[in-house]
Amino acid sequence: MAIVLDNITYTYGMGTPFEKTALHGISLTIENGEFLGVIGHTGSGKSTFVQHLNGLLHPTTGTVTVNGVDISASTEEAKKMRHKVGMVFQYPEHQLFEETIAEDIAFGPKNLGLSADEVDERVRDAMKFVGLDYNTYAERSPFHLSGGQMRRVAIAGVVAMNPDFLVLDEPSAGLDPFGREEIFEEIIRLHKEKGITVILVSHNMEDISRMASRLVVLDKGRIVLDGEPMDIFNNHRDALQAVGVDVPPVSVTMEYLREQGLDVSNRVLSVDDAVQAILEGGSHVK
Amino acid sequence: MNEKDIMIDVNHMSHIYTDENGNDVRALDDVNLSIKRGEFVCIIGTNGSGKSTLAKHFNVLLQPSEGHVNVCGFDTRDEAHIWDIRQHVGMVFQNPDNQIVAAVVEEDVAFGPENLGIPSDEIRKRVDAALEAVNMTEYREHGPHLLSGGQKQRIAIAGVLAMKPDCIVLDEPTAMLDPKGRREVLETVHKLNKEEGITIVFITHFMEEAVTADRVVVMKNGVKLHDGTPREIFSHVDTLKELGLDVPVASEIAFKLNAKGYEVGNSIINNEELAEGLKGSKLADQLVNSNHVAAKVEEVPASELTTDARGEGSH
Amino acid sequence: MLNNITIGQYFPGNSFLHRMDPRAKIIATTIFVVAIFLADSPLAYGIVGGFTIFAMLLSRLPLRLMWTAIKPLWIIIVFTMGIHIFTTPGNTIFQWGIINITDHGVAMGLQMAARLIFLILFSSLLTYTTSPIRLTDGIEHLLNPFRRIGVPAHELAMMMTIALRFIPTLLDETDRIMKAQSARGADFVTGSIIQRAKNMVPLLVPLFISAFRRADELAIAMEARCYRGGVNRTRMKELQVTYVDYIGVGAVILVTVVLIALWWLGL
Repeated sequence: MAIVLDNITYTYGMGTPFEKTALHGISLTIENGEFLGVIGHTGSGKSTFVQHLNGLLHPTTGTVTVNGVDISASTEEAKKMRHKVGMVFQYPEHQLFEETIAEDIAFGPKNLGLSADEVDERVRDAMKFVGLDYNTYAERSPFHLSGGQMRRVAIAGVVAMNPDFLVLDEPSAGLDPFGREEIFEEIIRLHKEKGITVILVSHNMEDISRMASRLVVLDKGRIVLDGEPMDIFNNHRDALQAVGVDVPPVSVTMEYLREQGLDVSNRVLSVDDAVQAILEGGSHVK
Repeated sequence: MNEKDIMIDVNHMSHIYTDENGNDVRALDDVNLSIKRGEFVCIIGTNGSGKSTLAKHFNVLLQPSEGHVNVCGFDTRDEAHIWDIRQHVGMVFQNPDNQIVAAVVEEDVAFGPENLGIPSDEIRKRVDAALEAVNMTEYREHGPHLLSGGQKQRIAIAGVLAMKPDCIVLDEPTAMLDPKGRREVLETVHKLNKEEGITIVFITHFMEEAVTADRVVVMKNGVKLHDGTPREIFSHVDTLKELGLDVPVASEIAFKLNAKGYEVGNSIINNEELAEGLKGSKLADQLVNSNHVAAKVEEVPASELTTDARGEGSH
Repeated sequence: MLNNITIGQYFPGNSFLHRMDPRAKIIATTIFVVAIFLADSPLAYGIVGGFTIFAMLLSRLPLRLMWTAIKPLWIIIVFTMGIHIFTTPGNTIFQWGIINITDHGVAMGLQMAARLIFLILFSSLLTYTTSPIRLTDGIEHLLNPFRRIGVPAHELAMMMTIALRFIPTLLDETDRIMKAQSARGADFVTGSIIQRAKNMVPLLVPLFISAFRRADELAIAMEARCYRGGVNRTRMKELQVTYVDYIGVGAVILVTVVLIALWWLGL
């Protein structure tokens, strides 16, 4: 099980004066169970890229296959596979429309043609997963919730489709640190407990470095770096800077301490790692 | 303090509204705050802390239920001076799309002065100067929908500047922007604060923006919790974390090391101070006198090494 | 999906047409549109076409923009042409079953298509060369005399300004919501008309909510920038009638007079 992008190119407004190529020959395999971080500044082709993962856009050339099925086909099987890739857009709370929370979450499962019982089960399951008590919230209007809660309802609506892959575009945008923490705990649980493959698009290096097992950096519609986050932050700093991407603040701090002649490891992804690295300083193996 | 030096004065102010269930909610509760002319003040707090409600009082978009707010010497409850206040205190909002009125950048910047009834040639001058100040002159004839978030916010700032305000209140102007856009906006307001002496009230939940202010006010559940310099505020790592706010990485590392008994210093808020703190702590021997650094010292005299590294670290 | 629409878009420049006062341009366009419908001989069409091309060149805009103006409306043009071709009586030149094409029908069809194309081109020139604000300013000024009979000139103009400003934003938003709901299995393209109308709910509800939220925030932002309606407002670019306007409107009147003369003489 994997998403395979084979040499895809995407051109907007083909044949019009506004023609613009957003992706240039991207090849990438997203393996089942991965936690992939996708980073790139605004206009790097990130959002065009993720829209290919579930067939919202079809490549101009090249193919995208999910579990071996070409998803640009118009077969039932291709449609099924497209639904295996859940998509949470930026500010997903703006897509809520039903009168009650339960009905809104049920929208996706109903479109899959499931029976009423199955839909109900999916809804309960998804609500539990995002930490909204069914009895309290199911019949409430989603529009009276706080911003963070609305976002969780929207994510539940995607989770209820039971995707194998989940794409999240800036899921923490506009939330305060509390709200951000809640959303990320949820995503980590989806990854760990449900075994969902997560593709996280974010500007926030801290979040990516903390969670992703693999990082892909996009620039001008091309993949410029692909590897383990720690390796990219420590060994490809110049390349990151060249494409306008920041390294996580904790990496900046450790690098500064090293420049100052303090012998500490820079292999850190969190503040706790950093404290540990300082305590072990001078004794780590170079 | 001379009364003329005070830009905004909030005196035992509460803001009470009635929610859907008919209960009275105190969105702001007995807040006292005084902001001086020329100050750069950041107001931080989580969602629902009342920070945005407070900001709306500075531009008379809201009026106090109890107590008083004085802006430029005018009481905001005095209907006669609402427009004077709005002219002196400009406001920039969170969503860059929903505050741009016109479909051409320079026409939007002109919107404020046009409302003030200023003569055409004077508006032209102000618009040109305002666009120059936010570094957006080359986009003056563009459609706003083609600009990035950071650029749109700079247009919104220019729109306020063209009204020649004494103070600009920015209500979470960076919440919807990418890191580049956030930097653009922050740099722009700092420049206006320094070069034009405009008082800035900057509302945010990004800690890295708050550390650049002269003063930080922390709000929680409608109450002003702390008020002090960034150094005073951000050394309280545990209280801020409890509030659900971030602190600078250097502060947090120092705090955790201190907790373990390695006295690295109490008021560390940046990387430079953390490095100094570590060098003066019990950890110094182990960190500085290792083979790794000794090898470097052989090549370069120690004194040069530190100045070089500091030079690099500061930009 | 929805980003190739250029109607109502403005392309900055400094040509003769760009320099004309919006009021003069609105008047000239209105007169010319009436004149187009007076044309009914090859000579008259030649004059209308020649004048339209002359105006296009005068705008110094890339000619492909003229094509993008017509493109979204080609169905209407073909439809109008078809109706005239198939329904106008005359000498049959082609017959197949009940389809009966006459010489007169072909002539009428082509005429109507030509009229529509000239009409679209000429009015596109107006919006291409006039910034939306100046356009609405122009409309506001032209409507001002009617204020006495209760026409809210300033309010109408402000509404148009804001509508023009938010069209691209709302189109983007529509695109985004459609994609988000499609990802949840929504279907906007198949099914019966009733079914499809029902399927629009997940798109329209979020779109309306968003539009109202935007309106609300925009109203607050406008108030914060001292907007108090049209009273005592000044404008950065005051409207001013100059020699270009006399030349422009004069040329249009001249062409119209010629067309009227041709029509009168039956040429």
